[in-house]
Amino acid sequence: MTLGFSLKRFGAVLYKEFIQMRRDRITFGMMIGLPIIQLFLFGFAINADPRNLPTLVEMGDNGPLSRAVIAGMQNSSYFAFKGAVTGAGEGEEALRRGTANFVVVIPEDFERDVVRGNKPEILVAADASDPSATGGAVAALSGIVNVAISETLTGPLAQQAGSPPFSMVVHREYNPEGKTSTNIVPGLLAIILSMTMVMITAVAIVKETERGTMEMLIATPVKPLEVMLGKILPYVFVGYVQTVVFLAAASLVFGVPFEGSVWAFFLGFNLFIVVNLALGFLISTAAKSQMQAMQLSFFTILPSILLSGFMFPFAGMPGWAQFIGQAVPATHFLRVVRKVMLKGGEVADVTGELWALVAILVVISAIAMLRYRQTLD
Amino acid sequence: MSEPLVIDVHGLTKNFGPKRVVDHFDIQVPKGAIYGFLGPNGSGKTTTIRMLCGLLTPDEGEGTCLGFDVRKQAEQIKEQVGYMTQKFSYYEDLSIRENLDFVARMYRLDRRKQRVDRALADLGLADRQKQLAGSLSGGWKQRLALAACLLHEPKLLLLDEPTAGVDPKARRDFWDEIRRLSAIGVTVLVSTHYMDEAVQCDFITYIAYGKKLIDGPSAKIPEMVGLETWRVEGPELARLEDRLLTEPGVVQVARFGTVLHVSGTDKAALGATVERLKAEGTHRWSLQVAGLEEAFIYLMTGARDNFAGDGGKAAA
Repeated sequence: MTLGFSLKRFGAVLYKEFIQMRRDRITFGMMIGLPIIQLFLFGFAINADPRNLPTLVEMGDNGPLSRAVIAGMQNSSYFAFKGAVTGAGEGEEALRRGTANFVVVIPEDFERDVVRGNKPEILVAADASDPSATGGAVAALSGIVNVAISETLTGPLAQQAGSPPFSMVVHREYNPEGKTSTNIVPGLLAIILSMTMVMITAVAIVKETERGTMEMLIATPVKPLEVMLGKILPYVFVGYVQTVVFLAAASLVFGVPFEGSVWAFFLGFNLFIVVNLALGFLISTAAKSQMQAMQLSFFTILPSILLSGFMFPFAGMPGWAQFIGQAVPATHFLRVVRKVMLKGGEVADVTGELWALVAILVVISAIAMLRYRQTLD
Repeated sequence: MSEPLVIDVHGLTKNFGPKRVVDHFDIQVPKGAIYGFLGPNGSGKTTTIRMLCGLLTPDEGEGTCLGFDVRKQAEQIKEQVGYMTQKFSYYEDLSIRENLDFVARMYRLDRRKQRVDRALADLGLADRQKQLAGSLSGGWKQRLALAACLLHEPKLLLLDEPTAGVDPKARRDFWDEIRRLSAIGVTVLVSTHYMDEAVQCDFITYIAYGKKLIDGPSAKIPEMVGLETWRVEGPELARLEDRLLTEPGVVQVARFGTVLHVSGTDKAALGATVERLKAEGTHRWSLQVAGLEEAFIYLMTGARDNFAGDGGKAAA
């Protein structure tokens, strides 16, 4: 089939594809504009470590120590005190209705008990129905309280401050400030690339069949390979543009570092684009209409979001789900991006991911080529 | 071309799943002929044309198109065939010029700009060349499609219902163009539903349910079908029509405006019936030469019986 490959015909298909891309304003906008909007929207909107959570307080004791605890919590910026409650019922009601995520109860005679060494308990009732909303705050809580207490207890009382049996040390690697955008922005690149590359390739090819132009094309001497490459290459170009825009925004707007090897990134990125184009091509061999192509592409995107480790920690999934996740190209690209951008990875650090992408590519292309030959007839 | 036959295929068969779409189809098309390809919808015309130009590989059968093997030399056939699809198959979001230019590049034509310019001038679209093809009316789209498939000066034109949905004036112009091409030696195979187009063809083949029912020079088709036709004029034709269908010897009654064409294959039986009715004196009867139209109505209604019985004889 490659015999007699004509650069001229390939160039003609390529040129035609660019003209069509330029004329189809909505799709063109979708390819360049939407990813940028998504980057800004999700980059700023998604926060796995939310702050300023509405909190109510029940002050059973109003001494300086109690006030220091409350002030310490407020200063941590996790908790935003919205007011005081009297009695347990009121606090419970607020939690149930969702007007508060936390209710802090300082027991009566708290300060006296601390001084006497009775180890009084501060009760923090947290709305754990959304653990990701309150988890960060809860984790930080004991540290905050300890600091507040030790700063207030001075002189002979200072010994009491050391008495809590344990203290928590939170050590955040690679993302010392715990900023979600550092984690989410590189991940978004993987998701947006797979979304646009798969969908647009699938739709672009099915469009020829649906509009009947494929019949005209096949009736000319043009070779399938010339058509395929000519149609796919413009979208590789789009992928490059998306990535450049993305990296620029990630660095300038979100301050995401790029620690590692550009080569490692470049290799992973190109492989990932090719895998996605092959996947789009495979979808186009199965879909009968552009609508079907869109729907099928969409089903490949959900696993890319949910099983790749983009949204939920990969290690937290059960074994079978990890197995499926391994077959998702975005899983490996996501690791490449995070390793290279955040952890300073070199080519040697990402060879496992690169090989995984190659393996996926071989399988997808093989199936796609088999199917494509059949659909010609 | 020393080869006298441009298309010469035998036993072409194509199945789509369990359905046999084309069943042992033979056709011999001489150079420069206009060959009409008739048959009801779904009879396998499009599939046959696609097999002839190498878009589909036949399941059975063999033969040559322009001297190349239809099974193995699709590439060479494509270089010299102009195929016009039933549905407009050029890019609606490209301009007229861009479409022609694209097609010219697909065939790697030399003097591309010149050829495209000439095609645009012939079309009368030179001043609208930047218009998008999608904004053209049906008739113009058809002209653009014809111009596009003529760009590489093919020796054989395969036209699949080229005039569907085109107004009568444009159809007439289209057929003038086809005859001009035929005169300079281009062979044309054209499928159609229109009888007025069928009569323009030098040869006609009729296909139904994937099988060929009849094939021959168009002037001889009525004779080959073997119909005798009487023309009837007079009052209350609808009642007469119902009555005629029960009479012996009458196979078909077709109404053309204010006259009925009564046909049958058994001349004696039909003659006797006509004599009897003539005696009633209510209608005027006259014997006339059976036309293509009656022949095709006959073929279409009797398709099944036909290929069970005397269809083979008629086609031979």
